[in-house]
Amino acid sequence: MTQRKRLSQGKAASAPRRSETLMGEEEDDDIPFTQPSTSQVQKGLEKLTPAQVDQKTAEVVQYFLMKDQKKIPVRRADLVKHVVKEYRNIYPEIMKRTARTFEQVFGLKLVEIDFKNHVYILINKLETLEGAPVRSPSNPKMGLLFVILSVIFMKGGAVKETLVWNTLKKLRVDPGEKHEEFGDVKRLVTDEFVRQRYLEYVRIPHTEPLEHEFRWGQRAELEVSKIKILEFMGELHDRDPQSWSQQYKEATTPSSSSQPSTSSQR
Amino acid sequence: MTTPTLAGYIGPSRAMSRPMGDSHRRFLQAMMAKGIINEQEARALHRHCCDAHNAHCAPDRLDEFIDVISSHLQPMFMQIRKGMSEEDGLPYYALVNMAETDVTRMSSDYADNELELFRKTMDLILGSETGSVSSTDILNSADSLQTKKLKKSETEHLLSRLVMDKWLNEKRGEYTLSTRCIIEMEPYIRTMYQDQVKLCHICHNIVFQCQICENPTCGIKIHNPCVARYFKGRAEPRCPACDDFWPHEIPEVRRLQSQSRR
Repeated sequence: MTQRKRLSQGKAASAPRRSETLMGEEEDDDIPFTQPSTSQVQKGLEKLTPAQVDQKTAEVVQYFLMKDQKKIPVRRADLVKHVVKEYRNIYPEIMKRTARTFEQVFGLKLVEIDFKNHVYILINKLETLEGAPVRSPSNPKMGLLFVILSVIFMKGGAVKETLVWNTLKKLRVDPGEKHEEFGDVKRLVTDEFVRQRYLEYVRIPHTEPLEHEFRWGQRAELEVSKIKILEFMGELHDRDPQSWSQQYKEATTPSSSSQPSTSSQR
Repeated sequence: MTTPTLAGYIGPSRAMSRPMGDSHRRFLQAMMAKGIINEQEARALHRHCCDAHNAHCAPDRLDEFIDVISSHLQPMFMQIRKGMSEEDGLPYYALVNMAETDVTRMSSDYADNELELFRKTMDLILGSETGSVSSTDILNSADSLQTKKLKKSETEHLLSRLVMDKWLNEKRGEYTLSTRCIIEMEPYIRTMYQDQVKLCHICHNIVFQCQICENPTCGIKIHNPCVARYFKGRAEPRCPACDDFWPHEIPEVRRLQSQSRR
């Protein structure tokens, strides 16, 4: 999107370069953040002008959008430390407005995916449609991801990594070679997709040599339609999607874990 | 099929108060993914977004449709801005960020010395007659960076990143400012380069890549596509300001097929 360098003279040149690590700036020496009470928020708001609150909300929106470009989840601790700062006493109000902006303006939903560490992602509320005249550059990667998610789903929710690699090889995508579209395929699948919470890549206990398996990540549970996957498989195998009765049942009865938890604040 | 959205007809006429529908949101999401699209793409996208959500699509109201989005983006210091490409003379729409906050600076995709090199490249382009600079000149200026020196290979890599991120265009080793860069940076350029900024004599927009009148007392600049349109069909091209002979080759008017239909 549009976030990127500013060429404001002097200021930009002296601003320290922040490196983006996996989860943003992971520093565990954050000042502990306690959720302010409703009355504290009320008091805080009284001391601020509406323009100040709007400005801070805009900064939070921009921060989320910037992270969302690379689909990196946002930790509350980082958000408070780098953006909210001295407005932490009205944090719930700012998050409420941020969530409203995402819904009303961008068609995105702010979702808390980790209630313990308070981690947020944005998911798209608009259905993905075929035939969009303007293609986004990330589409081929999403195609690859869709294949992997399909394999996992059809095999009951977890598959050994070798199965995924073999499937990809059949599609002429070799994880051991540099792919012209995807670059380092293994890194894309086990690192980028995992970081973006599309996939989980976990060690299978008591395996020698070490083995890993793939599962759906939280973002996939929230964003990807299982019915779409079944329809895709049906077309591929020329079979009625309903004939995979177990998968069809799962695809049509949303489990509680795959329900988007609408939490704008917490 | 074409159900007019009630919202469009109720309420004050100011775009600001008009709510966005899913068709607007879909359009915005595509703009966020692409950064910049030409007018033809924008029209196709407009139609696609309206069809997707059964919204009434008025093809001649694209700019109004975009104004609704921009009015809602304004509190976030963002905007969809229209501008003309210096390459093909066609209108483009770019999603621009006007914020000057810690967040945007932090979100920078470039290191300080990389930004400094980009600024130097802009200096060179602004200082040039026709809005372009050679890779050699950029590489030479990399030696005089204040922040942290860039190796030749690093500079070359940076230049290709700047082209990929659509800040610069490159043709045969000559670098120019991209359309998106000009649309987004125009206010910045007008402030930072007040004395150097020139306007096109024909369209009165900011001008970089151009032809220039060789009469030293005149020296007006005209965008290449504006030159093509202005001198089309004229037997002897003369400067529209001083009436001196226009000594440059007149480029052809470029047209998109679908545009010639209208």
